[in-house]
Amino acid sequence: MIDFTTYQALTQLYADYAAAIDSEDWDQWVSLFSEECEYKVQPRENYERGFPLCTLALISRAMLKDRVYGITETLFHDPYYQRHVVGLPRILKVEGDVIEAEANYAVFRTKLSQESTVFSVGRYLDRLRKTPEGLKFESRLCIYDTEMIPNSIIYPI
Amino acid sequence: MRNNPSVFPVDPAWEGTGTSRIPFWAYTDPAIYKRELDRLFYNKHWCYVGLEAEVPNPGDFKRTVVGERSVIMTRTEDGTIHVVENVCAHRGMQFCRERHGNKKELVCPYHQWNYTLKGDLQGVPFRRGVKQDGKVVGGMPKDFKVEDHGLTKLKVATRGGVVFASFDHEIESLEDFMGPEIIKYFDRLFNGRQLKILGYNRQRIPGNWKLMQENIKDPYHPGLLHTWFVTYGLWRADNKSELKMDARHRHAAMISTRNNAKVKSEEVTAGVTSFKESMQVNDPRLLDIVQEDWWGGPTAVMMTLFPSVIFQQQVNSVSTRHIQPNGNGSFDFVWTHFAFEDDTPEMVQRRLIQANLFGPAGFVSADDGEVIELSQFGFEQKPAHRAVAELGGTEVGDTDHMVTETLIRGMYEYWREAMGV
Repeated sequence: MIDFTTYQALTQLYADYAAAIDSEDWDQWVSLFSEECEYKVQPRENYERGFPLCTLALISRAMLKDRVYGITETLFHDPYYQRHVVGLPRILKVEGDVIEAEANYAVFRTKLSQESTVFSVGRYLDRLRKTPEGLKFESRLCIYDTEMIPNSIIYPI
Repeated sequence: MRNNPSVFPVDPAWEGTGTSRIPFWAYTDPAIYKRELDRLFYNKHWCYVGLEAEVPNPGDFKRTVVGERSVIMTRTEDGTIHVVENVCAHRGMQFCRERHGNKKELVCPYHQWNYTLKGDLQGVPFRRGVKQDGKVVGGMPKDFKVEDHGLTKLKVATRGGVVFASFDHEIESLEDFMGPEIIKYFDRLFNGRQLKILGYNRQRIPGNWKLMQENIKDPYHPGLLHTWFVTYGLWRADNKSELKMDARHRHAAMISTRNNAKVKSEEVTAGVTSFKESMQVNDPRLLDIVQEDWWGGPTAVMMTLFPSVIFQQQVNSVSTRHIQPNGNGSFDFVWTHFAFEDDTPEMVQRRLIQANLFGPAGFVSADDGEVIELSQFGFEQKPAHRAVAELGGTEVGDTDHMVTETLIRGMYEYWREAMGV
């Protein structure tokens, strides 16, 4: 069990994360991770079969910034909005300053003048650390059920 | 009052003998697509089904497709690879639902018809009837033979750990199908080393399947659409490069050697909006490229094997990309990334991190799917129109540069002949 203040900080971080990417505030997205961190988007089949390949495997905050550069400067794509709905976090483990938790997510994609569709559903598997700057993601794995990607993933999940 | 001609083709016919102007209906016509399945996927062509490393042990199987037809690749007790169609001989159910696994036999759950891993029918419940009140009732007719009711078997060919199959048992050998020039590049990548599966990426691209073949037969776009390639010199119009085809121009290899990283050039980077001089990767591991001996010089060889597969070697990232059409306006694109048994752990990690460039979210590949989808939109709105693929002229032939669309013209030369269009 964790105290309510910590739990509140955790749910706030999850909400801030969804708000940052849904509003395309990429600097804010990067700021939610610690310097030494990993962010991976992986199909469930690879995760469950022990295959290491990820659809995205960013292994430092610097690499997250490279992804932001790709999103904002180099990747051509059809414009779209995304909207995250994140379930309540389930605490898996607490050890000192580190919390392990998971939460279900659903992402809807809406292209300009088109209907909203289910873009990706899955589970966040997280390791969070208490730092002087507040709670940060040390690791966020997005293990997605929607293994057949509707063309491409540009923005972070 | 004068009307514009209709945007909808009446009796689509390809004018003249050229292949540099591709009619949009080649991508939008469902009847053409059905003919492609029959003539290109189900006859006379070897199609990719997977890697031997995906079914390492006896009893292992993998479900995949040839064209739109569901098939199962199995490894039997004697270690050989077999491919059978996933349609029960009894009532036609597509019975195998798992994507992979290990089984002793194949069983259709509907009436429990069961088959060996080679597809031979071995058991039919109540075949000889059922005893009831002292007599036997029902059962299959006297002349029913299990030998006549196996699963449809495909012809199989393997080379270098890669498995191909065909419904056409009269097909030429895999080696003749590829031809000597393409085999050379195939063997460069699949030189007999054991492969190690790293995992899969899957994407559904709402565009005609040929557009993906064309994308990897098109050296014109990477230096323009893919900023990463340009800036880091991975793929530039002034790179030392060659384009090679088989004798019938259906398969191709695009061979390129990295150079000129960060070097500006009046012709190829001035005015190319995607070239960003100031670009620096924050984490150099994204492009931590280490030369490997087996490359033999080129830093990238992209092979298209018509109609079903692309073999990628882009610096340290290697993969197969399987084209699985579903209708004329959509295909599934399945990426299988791999490493080699003699790779160091560091090299495996390097391949995994460079995989960020590729796949459905890749720094360079994500926009390929996007432009294909939007091309299909363009075709659908005026199918009587045509594309112009005339960079480097209208002829077809191998080149020692990449400023040409010769490979696309070559593919359509073959396509027109095979399709009778």
